[in-house]
Amino acid sequence: MPFHHETLENGLEIVAELDDRAYSVAAGFFVKTGSRDETRDLAGVSHFLEHMTFKGTPRRDALAVNRDFDKVGARHNAQTSEEDTLYYVSCLPEYLDPAFDVLADILRPSLREDDFQTEKQVIIEEIRMYLDNPMSVAYEAAKSAHFREHPLGNSILGTVESIEALSADQMRAYFQNRYSPSNIVLAFAGASSWAETLELAQRRCGSWEGPPANRFLSPAAGTRQFQSIKRPEDHQQTIVGVSDAPPLESNLRHAASLLAAILGDHTGSRLYWSLIDPGRADGAELTYQDYNQAGAFYTFLSCEPESVVENLKTIAEVYRPGVNLDLSELELAQAKNKVLARAVLRGERPMGRLATLGFHWMYHRKYQSVEDELELYSKVTREDVEHVHAQWPLWPPTIASVGPLTHSAPKC
Amino acid sequence: MASSRSRIEHHVLANGLVLVTETMPSVRSAAFTMLLPAGAAHESGNATTGLGAAVMTAEWISRGAGPRDARALLADLDNLGASHSESAQTLHTSLAVATLGRNLGAALEICADMVLRPHLDDEAVDPIRALCLQSLKSLEDDPGAKIVHELRRRHFPDPWGRSSAGTPEGVAALEPDQLRAFRSMNYRPNGAILGVAGAIDPAEIRALAEQLFGNWAPQPPQDVAEHSTGPRRDHIPRETQQTQIALAYPAANAASPDAYLARAVSAILGGYSSARLFTEVREKRGLCYSVYSTYDGQRDRAAMICHAGSTPERAQETLDVMLGEIARLAHDGIEPDELETMRAGLKSALVMAQESSISRSAALAGDWYCLGRVRPLEEIAAGFNALTTDSVSEHAAKLARLDPTILTLGPAPLKQPPQS
Repeated sequence: MPFHHETLENGLEIVAELDDRAYSVAAGFFVKTGSRDETRDLAGVSHFLEHMTFKGTPRRDALAVNRDFDKVGARHNAQTSEEDTLYYVSCLPEYLDPAFDVLADILRPSLREDDFQTEKQVIIEEIRMYLDNPMSVAYEAAKSAHFREHPLGNSILGTVESIEALSADQMRAYFQNRYSPSNIVLAFAGASSWAETLELAQRRCGSWEGPPANRFLSPAAGTRQFQSIKRPEDHQQTIVGVSDAPPLESNLRHAASLLAAILGDHTGSRLYWSLIDPGRADGAELTYQDYNQAGAFYTFLSCEPESVVENLKTIAEVYRPGVNLDLSELELAQAKNKVLARAVLRGERPMGRLATLGFHWMYHRKYQSVEDELELYSKVTREDVEHVHAQWPLWPPTIASVGPLTHSAPKC
Repeated sequence: MASSRSRIEHHVLANGLVLVTETMPSVRSAAFTMLLPAGAAHESGNATTGLGAAVMTAEWISRGAGPRDARALLADLDNLGASHSESAQTLHTSLAVATLGRNLGAALEICADMVLRPHLDDEAVDPIRALCLQSLKSLEDDPGAKIVHELRRRHFPDPWGRSSAGTPEGVAALEPDQLRAFRSMNYRPNGAILGVAGAIDPAEIRALAEQLFGNWAPQPPQDVAEHSTGPRRDHIPRETQQTQIALAYPAANAASPDAYLARAVSAILGGYSSARLFTEVREKRGLCYSVYSTYDGQRDRAAMICHAGSTPERAQETLDVMLGEIARLAHDGIEPDELETMRAGLKSALVMAQESSISRSAALAGDWYCLGRVRPLEEIAAGFNALTTDSVSEHAAKLARLDPTILTLGPAPLKQPPQS
């Protein structure tokens, strides 16, 4: 599939993977900013700002933003993580121009005071919605305890208090510093031409300005703390564990993904056979998340409160601290087949390709086709997986246990 | 879209199993969705005696089938790169797989083993029971999902609003022989539909389906007795951060010619971000994070479901604004540009569905169930193109005469309009 890239004079980078056979085209702005780039007094500003971009520009109010996307049938949304804010749209090729007009327009938002006050209420509703979700509560608590002072432990949404205290001026200053064109990658995937996408980018984004943005990168090392948070109304006990993992710059990240699949994929993994198949838990998973100069393995468990101590002991046994994994070629091949097929299926839709394309360029400054990705997974050996397992001990992780039961740290 | 008509084929096996295939030129993947007439609605129990046979049986058939034990079965599906799910729904049990086109046949063979030759070992039932009981508890911990399950149960006559998750009483008590009886009555070819889409050769799939499923003996369909449910106004007390609000209005069923109108009304009310609910409840008033309406269409009954979550002190206003918007839609009708926006969204959805073999395989099976045929995409587009501002407005006017089911969940009940 043809790949193209270009950097505009203002520093905005454009990448495109184009495919004549696709039925749709997707475009996305990848802004390199998230909760890890926030100071304490700005907690939640990246995510709140993501909402505010949709509230209007000098050319459009909030209703016009929604209307102009919807009237060409464009699917649009945005998401904020610890390190990135992504704005994306997918539409039929003949509507790329009007859909991209709106997407680019909202990246230069007005941030009006009255919109700011209305949207603040929406953010607080979102925070409270997640407070009703035990897995979100456990995830936030575990991440915060694991990274402690490191900004990767910052909450993406912030708290009701931090959002209430935030002013529109603080958000405007944050926007000025972080939404510089040189801190943004623009990606296109699917049915379009390089001439069209490049012309759109120049026309809609060529006049953007802003100072270079930096990210403070300090080393992260997990605390392995344990905490138990009582929620008497809950029915199940929900546990999130975090341990250190290879960073996204590491060439071990494919081995780390496969390690997570072998030990803790939602189906057919060692955790599955130990906990789900025998009916000891209704959720048990291990996932790998890479960050800029950091990484984390996340363990998720949902089970009856009275079985939590025993189940944690089983997880410790599955993770085999200090001993090798006794991994067979067959088991590794099975994990590869599963992970590779998922990459192919995801890559069939322009929307599925967009995120991989944009994030890869932002952090690796390199193009990676689906075939390249498959190749990298295929090359992983048993030794590589054993190496990750030995270098990045999964046990004991930092743990947050949320539910009707309070208990002490697992002794293993 | 012009060539899609010729790519859809169907074939009915002598035992009644319907095969519907669609070749998709732009994908490397292929997928199938098999619908068995074995949903929660077909369980012999009721809300008092307990339910859960469908969900437990769907779990049981994957724990060893044909020549494979449970481990070999999952390992082989993984090695085929098959993303798979076996799930019970209200009307059907669904087996769905997406994988690379060249592996689809092998995955379908494993599916045939699960449907026709599951091991059904007694010792697997207690672990399945424990798993299903825990899933029910996790559902209790998810207020947004819980309220929609409870709303459907109150709104549709039983058994058509049953939750696929079963009930704690049913899951706790069901014996292996009861599950076997459920399976032998309801896992039958007459009434089953196999939708296959993607990078496939239809003739090959047809031959394979005959080979795998041709000897499957039909069973007489079971009579289903309907019972009224309710209450139409209710509140579930729960110490949550947000009050959940859910409404259900009767709607034209999916087989009815008015289904296009019903879908249009639901979309214009709350199907996207410029729709009325999002605009009035969230954008203008900041009352909630999530608010939407959706068309929940079965072949013989349907509802328009609306859902929002809001902090308790603002929940009353949220409910009042939602009801006010529904009343305004019924009273004033729609604007021409709202109809155009609805059509644009639909056009995108229809075209983009061509990029996903799994969503097409589900649509093929679902369409066949509702209509006894598969609509070409042109026909769906034409159905929506035929709508006018007047026809949609007239259809929306019926909302004023319909009594919704209203359910809230949270620390305190809200003031609900009286039942008409």
